[in-house]
Amino acid sequence: MDPQSPAALSLQDVHKNFGATPIIRGVTLNVQKGEKHAIIGPNGAGKSTLFHLISGRFPVSSGRIILNGEDITGLKPYQINRRGLSRSFQVTNIFPRMSVFENVRCALLWHLGYRYSFWHNIRKLDDANDRAYQVLREIGLAERAQMPAGQLTYAEQRTLEIGITIAGGAGVVMLDEPTSGMSRSETAHFVDLVRRITQGRTLIMVEHDMGVVFDLADRISVLVYGQIIASDTPAAIRSNKAVQEAYLGQALEAAH
Amino acid sequence: MSTNAMATTTSQPLDLLKRYGIWIAAAVLIVVLPKIFTSGAALTTMSLMGIMIVFSLSYNMLLGQTGMLSFGHAVYYGLGGFLAVHAMNMIAADKLPIPLPVIPLAGGFMGLLFGIIFGAVSTRRAGTAFAMISLGLGELIASLSLILRGFFGGEEGITANRTKMLTLFGVRFGPQIEVYYLIGAWCLVCVALMYAFTRTPLGRMCNAVRDNPERAEFIGYSTQMVRFITFSLAGFFAGIAGGLAAINFELMNAVNVSGAQSGVVLLMAYIGGVGHFFGPILGAILVVLLQVMLSDVTGAWMLYFGLIFILMVMYAPGGLAGLVMLHAPLWRNNTLHHVLPAYALMAGPAFLLLGGTVLLIETAHHQLVRAATEGPAMHFFGLTLQSNSVIPWATALIAIAVGLLLGRRFAPRLVEAFHEASSPAAQLGRIGGA
Repeated sequence: MDPQSPAALSLQDVHKNFGATPIIRGVTLNVQKGEKHAIIGPNGAGKSTLFHLISGRFPVSSGRIILNGEDITGLKPYQINRRGLSRSFQVTNIFPRMSVFENVRCALLWHLGYRYSFWHNIRKLDDANDRAYQVLREIGLAERAQMPAGQLTYAEQRTLEIGITIAGGAGVVMLDEPTSGMSRSETAHFVDLVRRITQGRTLIMVEHDMGVVFDLADRISVLVYGQIIASDTPAAIRSNKAVQEAYLGQALEAAH
Repeated sequence: MSTNAMATTTSQPLDLLKRYGIWIAAAVLIVVLPKIFTSGAALTTMSLMGIMIVFSLSYNMLLGQTGMLSFGHAVYYGLGGFLAVHAMNMIAADKLPIPLPVIPLAGGFMGLLFGIIFGAVSTRRAGTAFAMISLGLGELIASLSLILRGFFGGEEGITANRTKMLTLFGVRFGPQIEVYYLIGAWCLVCVALMYAFTRTPLGRMCNAVRDNPERAEFIGYSTQMVRFITFSLAGFFAGIAGGLAAINFELMNAVNVSGAQSGVVLLMAYIGGVGHFFGPILGAILVVLLQVMLSDVTGAWMLYFGLIFILMVMYAPGGLAGLVMLHAPLWRNNTLHHVLPAYALMAGPAFLLLGGTVLLIETAHHQLVRAATEGPAMHFFGLTLQSNSVIPWATALIAIAVGLLLGRRFAPRLVEAFHEASSPAAQLGRIGGA
């Protein structure tokens, strides 16, 4: 690893047990700045758990997690978010009673430095309002701005989820199955969106749709039973014997 | 962006009027009300309303805006009131140059102080755990209020004399009208501040924490810190309300910090509607009206109070504000008058149902509570009835039954009229027809 520019995200021998059951069994992973990294693997491999560990939702049992050269092991989700890592959720996780606009605006307040202010009039915060509209235009929800977020269609809610995730300007974006539950045409549209809005950022995603994975990712890690059995370019992963045996063979067949 | 563009296109004075019109109207209303309702009882009632509006709005910073159900909000109201009473007594004794109008601030800072102390403990948890801790803290202070007689004055409480303070411009706050205007001014300022709070970054994050605390943590906010700051500020405004109460009654006692007082503020906020900023204002006005008026005319007023609460929770969980806002689309469509005939039709059954229920409750109350000492003769809206005869019971039950039957028959018409009037098509039809 080049000491001049540390990896955007680095996991060092991360373990996670639930009770006596090991779920993550020693994951070491380096994601470079600007890389689009996909994590794939069979159901129950621990992909979502790994996401929860990185984003601080669960504490690790052992090992270290380094974000942009800083140790974030054991920090709370909001502390990790403030250091430039933002994530989406597999199950849509928005603020349903607030407007679409308000959802996005809330997601960038901290990062514009307004923190817990109760002395700024939010209507006069031009930077927050302009940026929120800019994000809404980028994700194509500008026309829905004033609608309660809970009334959006499923695909729109998934889109808003991404908007909330990227609004704060995090350098490392983690998407947990962004296209789950979407139709084929929606998925194609969504891949374009993800590609556009993660430009210049580091992307780490869990995804089941192999078309999406091979379309978006620069590198792919294969997680099987809590261990990474391969981490390489898409072409190398595709031809990797161990990966085919463990997972990819069936997954690619199923996709055809 | 688009909001800015809109603001620049409207003319300046109109914009100002639109933004501040409601506040000017409220100020005018506060000034004018005592000229309309001139009786001493009305003045006392309106003073109490002003206090309770501040109290219930401060409560809604927790319940409606941040999703924190507190069973101990009277702690901050009561402690603020007690400190205000002591402050008044100290100032009077030492002849300090402090005028009465700033006394509520002392209450506010007491509320803030204890909001910070107790908030640091209770806001570590959300949901049910928070509610239980608030209940425990409330009981703690309520029981302390009977032990620490020096500060709380035991059963009798602590009295003060508001007229013994520094006099400014010849106003000594002896007459109730002067106290009313003091409360009115503080009420207006506090309502404006609490409204402004909803429009700050923290105010919006309160809603986010209410809607989805987990997600709020992943956009950089500690939900505990959001709850803690909001809780402290709610304590501040509750303390101001307590300070105003101390001035108004010149007395604070254990009831003011009790669980019963915490229950009343919950009812006020809920009946008014926690989902809208103005809901608790309506709730405070209605509950004070009920307390003052019903307690005069019936011994069973607590029962009515409870029934209203139950009906609200079951059939109008949005509270009064929710019922009002139900008509917002009709107002926008300018079709409000379309539903009036249907409402008029429902007035008959509603009257029967209400009258029957009241007669039933009053007869039962008289028979169970008062007949033993006063005999069976009871007064009901100018009539004299025998509570042990079959007539009032039968009349009440028949009225309720007929009311229910007619109500069920007419209800579909109301629903239909409402539906038509609120649909966007109603507006188009109106324009096309005109």
